[in-house]
Amino acid sequence: MAARAAVAGALALAALGVHAAGTLTVCTDAAPEGFDIVQYETVNTEDAAGLTLYDKLLAFKPGTSQVVPGLAERWEISADGTAYTFHLRKGVKFHTTAWFKPTRDFNADDVLWSINRVNDKAHPAHGVAKSGYPYWAGMSMNELIKSIEKLDDMTVRLTLTHAEAPVLANLAMSAIGSVYSAEYAALLQKAGKLDDINTQPIGTGPFVFKSYQKDAVIRYGANAAYWGGAPKIDNLVFAITPDPSVIVQRVKAGECTVSALSVAQAASVEGDPKLKIVRGQPLMTTYLAPNAKHKFTGDKRFREALWLAIDKASYIQSVYAGNATAAVSFLPPGIWSRDATLKNRRDPERAKQLVKASGYDGSEIVLFAASRDGNILRGVELLQSDWAKVGIKVKLQLFETGELMKRSGRGEHDIVLLSWFSDNGDPDNFLTPNLSCPAVEGGGNKAQWCNKDFEALLDQGRTTTDLKKRTEIYTRAQRVLYDEVGLIPMVHRPQLTVMNKRVNGFQPTPFGGRDFRAVTLD
Amino acid sequence: MFAFILRRLALVIPTFLGITLLAFSLIHLIPGDPVQVMAGERRLDPAFYKEVMTRLGLDRPLYEQYGAYLWKALHLDLGESFVTHEAVWSEFTKLFPATMELALFALLIASVIGLLVGVLAAIKRGTVLDHGAMGLALTGFSMPIFWWGLLLIMFFSVAMREIAPAFALPVSGRMALEFDILPRSGFMLIDSWLSGEPGAFRSALSHLVLPAIVLGTIPLAVIARMTRSAMLEVLREDYVRTARAKGLSPARVVFVHALRNALVPVVTVIGLQVGSLLGGAVLTETIFSWPGVGKWLIDAIGRRDYPVVQGGILITATLVIVVNLIVDVLYGWVNPRIRHR
Repeated sequence: MAARAAVAGALALAALGVHAAGTLTVCTDAAPEGFDIVQYETVNTEDAAGLTLYDKLLAFKPGTSQVVPGLAERWEISADGTAYTFHLRKGVKFHTTAWFKPTRDFNADDVLWSINRVNDKAHPAHGVAKSGYPYWAGMSMNELIKSIEKLDDMTVRLTLTHAEAPVLANLAMSAIGSVYSAEYAALLQKAGKLDDINTQPIGTGPFVFKSYQKDAVIRYGANAAYWGGAPKIDNLVFAITPDPSVIVQRVKAGECTVSALSVAQAASVEGDPKLKIVRGQPLMTTYLAPNAKHKFTGDKRFREALWLAIDKASYIQSVYAGNATAAVSFLPPGIWSRDATLKNRRDPERAKQLVKASGYDGSEIVLFAASRDGNILRGVELLQSDWAKVGIKVKLQLFETGELMKRSGRGEHDIVLLSWFSDNGDPDNFLTPNLSCPAVEGGGNKAQWCNKDFEALLDQGRTTTDLKKRTEIYTRAQRVLYDEVGLIPMVHRPQLTVMNKRVNGFQPTPFGGRDFRAVTLD
Repeated sequence: MFAFILRRLALVIPTFLGITLLAFSLIHLIPGDPVQVMAGERRLDPAFYKEVMTRLGLDRPLYEQYGAYLWKALHLDLGESFVTHEAVWSEFTKLFPATMELALFALLIASVIGLLVGVLAAIKRGTVLDHGAMGLALTGFSMPIFWWGLLLIMFFSVAMREIAPAFALPVSGRMALEFDILPRSGFMLIDSWLSGEPGAFRSALSHLVLPAIVLGTIPLAVIARMTRSAMLEVLREDYVRTARAKGLSPARVVFVHALRNALVPVVTVIGLQVGSLLGGAVLTETIFSWPGVGKWLIDAIGRRDYPVVQGGILITATLVIVVNLIVDVLYGWVNPRIRHR
C-alpha cells in the first residue's frame, strides 16, 4: 500500500513536471555525435561527453579560462620550453559500469595511451576514428608533439618539436587532453570491440555513463568516487529536443530543468516566476574580415572607412535585442592580455573622406555571410545600409557554413562575416589561426592579412612561457591589428541558459559549454 | 494474378535504380562535404582533409563512388555513418520502430475519423455538416505542420497545465523522463507495457497523442474527402436503390452495401498515405523530439553524412514501394478489372 502511494506520489509529481530530487534534466538541441570525445568538436558533444565523462591532464578553473591542475597535480617546463614533465594525481578511479570494472587506479599508462592513440598513426586504436581527429589536427598537435614517455607510474614527460606556450591550455581541452583507461582499451582490443569506446565510454569524470537511447535521451549517474568530490545531483539526464521553440515550452512545462536559450527566445521566458536566465560571456567574437588581397579592401583607408561607417549600437539592438556588447579588440573580455584601452571607431563623415581617398570607384563589394538564420540576414542588411550611407555599394552572398568556410578560405570574398569561439582561452588561439601569415595559405586567415610586425609578435608570444611577458606581447599585437584594421571586430555575444529556479550553482564555461558538476537542486 | 504481380515487380527495378541515383546525386549536389562540416568554423588542416577524404573514398570520381554504393546496396550493405561509424542499417533499425509507431497511430486516427467524417458528409450532402466537414478537411490539408504542432503544444501542454492539469499532455518526447524503459521491440507502447512499471504505458500513450494528431491531420483530410466522393458515387448506384427499395435499414444500406464498395478507392488512398506519413514524419519528429528516421535523415543531410542519407532514403523509399505494391495487389485482388489493364 505504501509503495503504491509512493508511486502515485511520484507520478503526480511527474505530471507536474517536478522530477525526483537530485535529477537534473537538460534539454539539448542536438544529439552528441558519439562519446569518444577526441573524435568530435561540437558543443553538444562537449556538454554530453567532454564535460561529464572525462578529465583532462589539466583543467580550466570553473567559469574561467585559467589553466589549473587536472589529472596532473603539477608540472615543470624545461628551460627551452620544449619538455613538460607532469606529475599525476594519485587515487583517481575510472568509472565502474556494467561493462567495465577497473582493477587499478589511473596512472601514466592511461596518459600515454590517450595521447599516442590520437597522435601515432601506427597505434592499434588510431583507426577507431575513421573520420580522423579533426580537433587534434586543427590545433596542429600532430606537428607539435614529438613524444610522450613514462618516467614512472605517476610521471610523464611530453616533448614538443618546438616551444609553444599554449600547449598547456590545449591539454585542458576535452577534444585534446581527455584521458582514457588503457586497461579498458586493452580489454576492448582483445575482444575486437575497440569501436565500443564510442558507445560505452569510460572516463574518470564527475558523471558515469548509464545509457543512451539514440536521438532521445542520455542518462548519467553521479560518480560517487570522483576525486574532485562527488556531484551534488544523483542523476543527469539529457533530453534531446531539436526545436528551440519546443525547448522553451518544455522548460516552461517543467519537462526540462535547464536548457540553452537563444537570444531570440529570451523574451518568451523573461517574467516567468518559475524560471531564471543565467547569462554567460563566452570567449567569442563576431567579426568582419575584409580581404586584404582584393582591390579596395586591400587599402587600409578603405578598411578603416568600413569600420567607421558601422553603427554597432543599432546592429546589436536589431540583431541581438540588445543582448550583446560591441567589440573593439578581436580578443573578447575574459581573455587575459585583452587590450581594454582600444576605442571603437564611428565617424561616417570621416569614412566618406577615407572612401574618397582610397580611390574607390563605386564598384560592388561582395559580402559573404552564413545563411543559417534570419538574425544574420537582418544584421548584414543593416551593414549594407550603413556602408551605403558613406558611398560603399555592397552586394550580399549567403552560403551554408561549410561552403562559406571553403570559399572564404580561398579568398573569394571582399568581406566575410564570421565568428570565432576560443578553444582554450589562450590569446594565441584567437590570433594565430585567424591572422597569421601561414594561415593565409592554410585558409584560416580569412582576412588574407599578413603583417610582418604582427607575425613577429605572434611568434614571440608562442615561444615565451612567462605570462607577464606574453601579456605585453599580445597587447602590442592587438594595437598593430587595430591600427592596420586587419579585421573589424563586431560583437561579443552572450550565452544564455534558462533554468528552473530550483537550480543553483550552475556556471557556464567560457567556451560555450555547460558544466553540471557543481549544480545543486533545492 | 501472377502475371499482374510480375508486371508490378518489374516496375520496382527501375524505380529502385532511380531512387539510388536520385539520393546519390541530390546529396552530392549540396555544397560542402562531411570533412568540412566536421571542422565547422575551425581550421581544416589540408593534409588531414586529404587523408580523411581518401579514407572515406570521397576523393574518387563521382561515377566510381556511385558504382561502389550501388554494388554494396545490391549486397544489402548500406555502409556506415561517417559520424557515428555505426552501420546505417543498425541505426535505421534502432530508429524505425519510433517512426513506425507514430505513423501507424497517425494512420489509425486518420482512417477512423476520416472514414466517419467522409460517410457523414456524403449522407448529409449539401447540408451545413457536409460543408463544415469538408471546410475543416481543406483547412487540415492546408495547415503547415510546424505551426499546427506548436499550436497544439501551447494549448494542450502548456496552457492546459494552468486550466486543467489532469488533462495536460506532454510537450514532446516518447516517454516521461522518469521512466528508463529497456528497448525490446522499439515500440514504446509495447516496451512500456512489458516493463510492468506503473504509469509507463499511460505515459507512452499520452506522449503519442499530439504527434499522431499532427502527423495524421493531412491524411485524415485526404481520406475524408475521398470517402465522401466515393460514397456519393456509390450511393447513386442501382444496387443501393434496390437495397433501399427492399426496405433495408438506412444504416445497413450505408455501412454494408455502400461503404463496402466505396472502400476500394479509399483503401488505395490510405496505402498512398504511407509515403506522405513518412515524409511528414520529418517535421513532426523535429517538433515533438521524436527519435525517428525523419529527424535522423535531416541531421545526416546537415552533416553531409552521405551513407546515412543514401541508405536512409533507399530503405524508406523501398518501404513505400513495397506498401504500394501490396496495395496494388490487394486492389487487383478486390477489383479484377484492374489486373487486365
